[in-house]
Amino acid sequence: MPDITRRRALTAAAALAATAGAVTAVAPDALAVTRSSPDTPGTRGLPGASAATTTGREHTVPAAFDEVYRGRRIQGRPSSEGGHHHEHGGGYAVFVDGMQLHVMRNADGTWISVVSHYDPVATPHDAARAAVNELQGAALLPFPLN
Amino acid sequence: MTVRKNQATLTADEKRRFVAAVLELKHSGRYDDFVRTHNEFIMSDTDNGERTGHRSPSFLPWHRKFLLDFERALQSVDASVALPYWDWSTDRTVRASLWAPDFLGGTGRSFDGRVTDGPFAASTGDWPITVRVDGRTFLRRSLGRYARALPTRAEVDSVLAMTAYDMAPYNSASDGFRNHLEGWRGVNLHNRVHVWVGGHMATGVSPNDPVFWLHHAYVDKLWAQWQRRHPRSGYVPTGGTPDVVDLDETMKPWNDVRPADLLDHTGFYTFDT
Repeated sequence: MPDITRRRALTAAAALAATAGAVTAVAPDALAVTRSSPDTPGTRGLPGASAATTTGREHTVPAAFDEVYRGRRIQGRPSSEGGHHHEHGGGYAVFVDGMQLHVMRNADGTWISVVSHYDPVATPHDAARAAVNELQGAALLPFPLN
Repeated sequence: MTVRKNQATLTADEKRRFVAAVLELKHSGRYDDFVRTHNEFIMSDTDNGERTGHRSPSFLPWHRKFLLDFERALQSVDASVALPYWDWSTDRTVRASLWAPDFLGGTGRSFDGRVTDGPFAASTGDWPITVRVDGRTFLRRSLGRYARALPTRAEVDSVLAMTAYDMAPYNSASDGFRNHLEGWRGVNLHNRVHVWVGGHMATGVSPNDPVFWLHHAYVDKLWAQWQRRHPRSGYVPTGGTPDVVDLDETMKPWNDVRPADLLDHTGFYTFDT
């Protein structure tokens, strides 16, 4: 059996994610419990492996996530930074291919990003996916420009 | 006196002059300062912190002043130009004359959202997107693709019927006219239009699309209509509110103008109807 390289695994997972949005949409909550750390090996790129432990209505900090979505790596994690620049990430940082994406939490717990600023979604993970959809492959410019 | 007209009623000459003035501001670099200012505020206005341009009572007077500055810049190029407004509850399809090649151009092509006709298409060389959040330098739109239909007149009327200008906590969770017009709550008017246009209009750098000004000129007109319907309802809050611009407090970035100075538009411009 040939070894499957990490790159090939990611590519395969990305292709799966790109064609199987329904899989992520129906990922059971149970999957989201222990696989949320970006440092947990073996979960990257697997649809449904990312954390969605908050409903977006709770005022707790959402869990971290890390996946390849439509061929791009999206990550999110609680962050202690904020208030340094003109922007406010609400104690949570999101990255697309390693570049930080400006996100914001609304009072009702929903989220927006600078590339989808008038259309709230339930979680920062959803905001990251919406950003990938909007970018259509384009690279983000460095934060805090975006 | 400046008269702001419905975009659907502009003559060919009025359209031509508006477009030419916008392109001249772009060419001179002044246009992009407006885009930059808007993005700075949209990224820094937060529900639980300082908020001025958006998600707050000053959303309406802030944009009134922002549009006045832009209109005055246009008039420094061509004194005959006024900001038109887009009544999206009436001109609600991609076939509206607003999107014709002699005015704003149409929607973007499907695979990358690029606008390919009209005076702001990238191919003209006249409209580079320089204040941006990603690598793309061409104007993008996706009219009607990612949002439900534009608001109806009945939905507009349901918001105009609200008596209170704004309510605590004076942010995106508020009840009252301002937040329902802005769209964070309820039937969603202003926000939904940004999403309906798509492309740059859906982002923090939304003024990259010239329709930004026509959209906000109509939002501003709806504020004036609301004032006429509710003459005993005034701007709130009126004092002592942390992180929120009270009636007599000055607004950033100007620092010399208060909501109280902007409540009556008739000192600056009138509308055609």
